[in-house]
Amino acid sequence: MSTNGFEPQIVAFCCHYCASAAADLAGSMRLRYPPNILVIKLMCTGRIDLLHILRAFEGGVDGVMVAGCLEGNCHFISGNTQAKRRVQYAKQVLESIGVGGERLEMFNLSSSEGPRFAKIATEMTERIRNLGPSPVSRQKKEVVK
Amino acid sequence: MIVGEQKPLDEIRDQISPFKKVLILGCGTCVTVCFAGGEKEVGVMASTLRMAGAVSGQEKEFLEATVKRQCEWEFLDQVAEQIASVDAVLSLGCGIGVQAIAERFPKVRVYPGLNTSFLGMPVEQGVWSARCAACGDCVLGRFAGVCPIVRCSKSLLNGPCGGSHDGVCEISPDIPCGWQLIYDRLEVLGLLDTLEEIVPPKDWSAGMGRGGRSIVREDLKI
Ligand code: SF4
Ligand code: SF4
Repeated sequence: MSTNGFEPQIVAFCCHYCASAAADLAGSMRLRYPPNILVIKLMCTGRIDLLHILRAFEGGVDGVMVAGCLEGNCHFISGNTQAKRRVQYAKQVLESIGVGGERLEMFNLSSSEGPRFAKIATEMTERIRNLGPSPVSRQKKEVVK
Repeated sequence: MIVGEQKPLDEIRDQISPFKKVLILGCGTCVTVCFAGGEKEVGVMASTLRMAGAVSGQEKEFLEATVKRQCEWEFLDQVAEQIASVDAVLSLGCGIGVQAIAERFPKVRVYPGLNTSFLGMPVEQGVWSARCAACGDCVLGRFAGVCPIVRCSKSLLNGPCGGSHDGVCEISPDIPCGWQLIYDRLEVLGLLDTLEEIVPPKDWSAGMGRGGRSIVREDLKI
């Protein structure tokens, strides 16, 4: 299942009202999803900033996911559509510096979609596992050696 | 306020390529408000450059600092130690900030991280628009508070020209005709008759025409 024993570290910025609730529900339903995902709860994905995403990668994570309410259903009306634009911009920045835009993804789901949260978490983990360690953390580890 | 935008990343990396230790210096005033060079943008720039360096195998160190106003030497003095400890400064201030650093620290290599674009204001979140060219001889009083120097593409004092069409300028359908704006404002104010006066040439030498300009206020000197 793993690629050379590589276990990716992934940060998931999840909104309080939908994505976090879906993650909770996945837990209550005893659905398994990879332990590689570290959930950071935000009140709304509208809080997400380019700086949060970059600092996560700079800190050595291999992937970042941003998960908010379904489009049109944001508890704060438009936070998730703002987040979508920021994620798009962040992808370009990551691409331009060689980290790779595909290591970042935005998802939209409702609070009742526990199974979908587990599926997204699994798919994202697989995607990053296939991409291998982030070039930033790879470089850092070589320096440490 | 002064409005700027970040230079392309490649140009920034090119400028600082010879240096190992760089201070990224932001400014807490105009460029903070236009999201180009405040504390947050310093963080974004530092993070971006660190990762770009790591990916390409370069060993570089980036320090981060932001002063209240980069265009005043007193504020720059607060980061003098950090400036002295690096090989170069990447300023995220406007062009004035960059020059203030160069003047205060004659031996320091300083590079602009922004292009200083214009004097303007935000017209909606994420959109800024030019309003003044610092011409040194303001004529807003004659034109109902709409600047013909900046908002008319030809800076006409006796407009409009024949290119004004459906409220937009002939140079682009995205640019409102400055003279349409002046006309509309004058109409609202009941001042359309003032358009019958021919406006004489203004004193253009008060602007860029006199070399480097200074203002001296003896009453404020100490
Ligand atoms: S007339 Fe000159 S000083 Fe007045 S707003 Fe226009 S450019 Fe600025
Ligand atoms: S169309 Fe309007 S804004 Fe454009 S140059 Fe003519 S008067 Fe100026």
